[in-house]
Order: sequence, then structure tokens, then C-alpha cells
Amino acid sequence: MGRMNRPLLIKKGAEASLYLADWHGRKVVMKCRLPKKYRPSSLDEHIRTYRTIHEPQLMHEAKRAGVPTPTIFLVDVKNTIIVMEFIEGKQVKRLLAEVSASRRQLLCLKIGELIGKLHRCGIIHGDLTTSNMILSPDGKVFFVDFGLGEKTRELEARGVDLHLMKRALQSAHFRFAGECFDAVSKGYFRVLGCEVGKSVLDKVREIEKRGRYVSERREE
Amino acid sequence: MKDKKASDSYCLGIESTADDFSVGVSTFKGRILANIRSQYVPVEGGIHPREAARHHAEVASNVLEEAFSKSKIKPKNVSVVSFSQGPGLGPCLRTGATVARALASYLNVPLVGVNHCIAHVEIGKLKTGAKDPVTLYVSGGNTIVSAFDSGRYRVFGETLDIALGNCLDVFAREAGLHQTEGKPFGAVVEDLAAKGKKLIPLPYSVKGMDISLSGLLTALTNLLKRREYKLEDLCYSLQETAFSMVTEVTERALAHTEKKEVLLTGGVAANKRLQLMIKAIAEEHDARFCAIPSEFVVDNGAMVAWTGVLAYTHGVVTPIDKSFVKLRWRLEEVEIPWVE
Repeated sequence: MGRMNRPLLIKKGAEASLYLADWHGRKVVMKCRLPKKYRPSSLDEHIRTYRTIHEPQLMHEAKRAGVPTPTIFLVDVKNTIIVMEFIEGKQVKRLLAEVSASRRQLLCLKIGELIGKLHRCGIIHGDLTTSNMILSPDGKVFFVDFGLGEKTRELEARGVDLHLMKRALQSAHFRFAGECFDAVSKGYFRVLGCEVGKSVLDKVREIEKRGRYVSERREE
Repeated sequence: MKDKKASDSYCLGIESTADDFSVGVSTFKGRILANIRSQYVPVEGGIHPREAARHHAEVASNVLEEAFSKSKIKPKNVSVVSFSQGPGLGPCLRTGATVARALASYLNVPLVGVNHCIAHVEIGKLKTGAKDPVTLYVSGGNTIVSAFDSGRYRVFGETLDIALGNCLDVFAREAGLHQTEGKPFGAVVEDLAAKGKKLIPLPYSVKGMDISLSGLLTALTNLLKRREYKLEDLCYSLQETAFSMVTEVTERALAHTEKKEVLLTGGVAANKRLQLMIKAIAEEHDARFCAIPSEFVVDNGAMVAWTGVLAYTHGVVTPIDKSFVKLRWRLEEVEIPWVE
């Protein structure tokens, strides 16, 4: 335990630094949103406070929706720190490249179902990447980093959410991005049904076409 | 033997994706011998593609001539002709492509079509010595965060609607500002913003690694009409909010890829405030901020010439019958054999 007495920096993200720490005998992650010097302090404070308040709320609601998220122990709004359960396991980002095709398929199917569950309860994750998903030893996929999330049932927001997932797969796992996203979609359809699923996927396509220099737009 | 030849081999590059017509000359070793640029400045409003193309056609021969005299090489010394094949405005691209095809045929040398966005990254790397950077490319037509991964430049984030430079330009025009003495709108806004003090709350829209700027622009134009705020404060708030957004997504890409260099390029890269912000996140992540000389951040022929060298020396040539322009040519579509 000696090692854990002092918080250990485990990830310096863009938005926050994550420390592994010992908190009343528990292994926890301290998510500290440190001030960003590059932006004006009033804007900076607003963004950090807003995200510190909303992230735990969304994580709690995600749990109710049936999506595993770390348990929140403490929210320190003033210092913009969230203390949460440390999840043992492996980042999906690292896993996808290692496992067999069939396991990859199953994992993506599971992820699709979980995204479906979030959306069914009106939760938008806001930053769906494979670095924000952790597979625990008991086979549960935990979603983390709800800092950019919001509560809405709008088709547009659902579309952007899924579009980000697709883009994350394309940039970090381009070799099997296609099969992975197909499996994600399948899982998503399972939860939300064909009608809603199809309308969201149509939206994803529409959003892609909105992007700059998309060759598909030529056909129109 | 090829290396020996490299010192006296030259590539002539033609850039004409938008409002600039530019010709650059680069040696195969990356020495830029000329970089001549002529800009079309609209009397009012934004770039009219047809008028810009007309400008390009008018100045093409003069710019070419100047590039030859500046670089002190003769047309017969040119080993390759490269041109921006896309993305960009159709009429402008076609004008540059026509000049390039004509020149390559006349000189009987190979033609190489170059992706404009990649040319921006490559000249940045050449001029700063960066090896493997995260690049924020912000201009009137593009807002892209990219980095190299497995054979290609990948797009990590981009705008979901309008480009950052476009947002600044449209706001400036809505505010009745004018481009004086060739000063771009971005610089006019920057000067006013330096005098602003009050930060007005505006939509801040970051979605994953993507951003959206159209809501910000709408909010600003609405505020303009209400005349409640000083223009200086509006410019200041526009810059602070929009730049914070692109800086945040660039930082996300930097944290995600764990690369150690940050390149800032495109017309908006000339903005001092944006440079400061990007420099701050680079330092935060122990990465080097690579500042590019301003001549090479704007659209220029030298970047096309240099990228032409890289492509040609790695076996890329564009036959005339495949040299049609590509208006929507995304940078991740291009294979990059010259980067390890």
C-alpha cells in the first residue's frame, strides 16, 4: 500500500490528469481538471466546473441505464476533482488489435448494445472512443469519460455520438474499422430496434456527408 | 547516382486551390529556390470561384516567369511539374491544372498531382525539421487535426461545418470591416481583438475531437445586429472561444497519439493569439511547437513543389489522362510512401 499513498499520475489527458491514489483504503482514480492557461480564466473555469458537475451525473444515470461505469466517491466542484473507483482491466483500444476476429466481433457487438442502452435513456456520451472503454476481468465493458456528454434524445446528437465511434475506429483501428462498426451497429439495433437504429445510421451517413471534401457528395 | 543528380534536379509546383495563384521551385534536396504568389482580392464579398480563376489565368504567365528568374533556372532544367490537384474550388483548380499539364507536356517531363492539405504538412515539416507532428491546419477552407499513422495522414478531428478562417471572414464582412492594403480579414479581426477586454459568452461546441463553428457564427452575427457590445469585445470573444475549441481538440489529439511535435499551419496560423495557445498545449505535453515562416503557412507553390519532389522520388506520377482535379480529395485518401 505504501506505493499508493502518494497519488501516481497514470494518464495525462488533454482535458484532465488521472491519478491513481489510495482513498480510505480503496484504490481510486482522481480525475483532476487542471486550469488551462491557454484560454481566458472565466471561460476555463466555466468549462471545468460544468464538466465536473455533469460528468458524475451522467455516469450515475448510465449505470441506471445498464451501462457499467466507475462508482463515484467524491465530487469536489471547487477544485474540479472527481474521485472514482479504479477499474481493473484493459482498454478496448489495446484489446482490439490483440484478440481474435470472433472475439473482436463479440466485443464490438457488446459495445453497440451499451451505446444503445445509453441512447435509449437519453444519454449521449459525447466522446465515444475505444480509449474510453475498459474491459474488466469479469467481462463487463465499463464506459468512462463522460465529460463531453449531455442528456438529450435528439436524433442529431445520437448520430454525432455514433459518428464519433465510427471515426475513432477508422483512425485508431483502420484495418478492421469496417467489421467493427458493423458489429457495433448490430448491437445498437438489438437494443433500440430496427426503426430507430436505421434512422440513427441514416443520420450518421448524413453527418459524414456534411464533412468537408467527402467524395460521396459528388453523386448528389 | 540518383543522389548525385538530386542536387541539380528541380520540381516546379503550381498552387491554385482558392484565391492564390502561386508557383514554387524546389530542388530534390528540399532547397526552395522560388515561391512567387499572386492573390485575387475580391472587390466585395467572398471568393467568387469564376473571378478567382480568371485572375489566375491572367497572372499565370507572369508568376511563372518570375519564378524562373528568381530561381535562376531555365525551363529545360525542370525535371518534374507538380500541381495542387485538390481539394479546392473547381474553376481555380482547373486553371492551375491546365497550366501544369501544358508545361509538363511542353517540357516533356512527368506530372505529379499533389494533395493540397498534405503539401501544407510537408512544407511545415521541411521548414521546421519536424519528423512526426500532430498538425493543426486552419485556413479559409480547412480546419483539420491530423497525424501520421500506418502509411497515411489520418484525420483525428475536423470541423463538422464551416472552417475557422471562413468563420472569421464571414464575421468580419458582417461587421462591415474591410481588407486594407492586402491585410486579410483574419489580421483585421486580430488587431481589433487585441483591444477587446470583455469575454462575451458564446456557444462552445466540441464534439469528441470535432468542432462545430456555425452556431458560434450565428450567435455573433445576432449580437452584431443588437449593437450592445463593442466590436473589439466581439472580436476578442470570437477569437478566444473559437481558438480555445481548436486548441482543445488539438490537445486531445496530442494526448491520444502521444506525439512530440505540434505543427500549426494554414492562413489562420499567422494569428499570434492562436500561436500562443497552441504553444501552451505543446509545452504542457512536452512537445515541440514548430513555428513555420509565414510565407509557408499560407497557400504557396513551394509546398506543392516540395511535395511533388517527395511523391515523384517515391514513384508517384500522374498521367495526363488521370490528372483531372479532385474537388473533394480528403487527405487520408492518399498513401504516403515517403514517410516511414
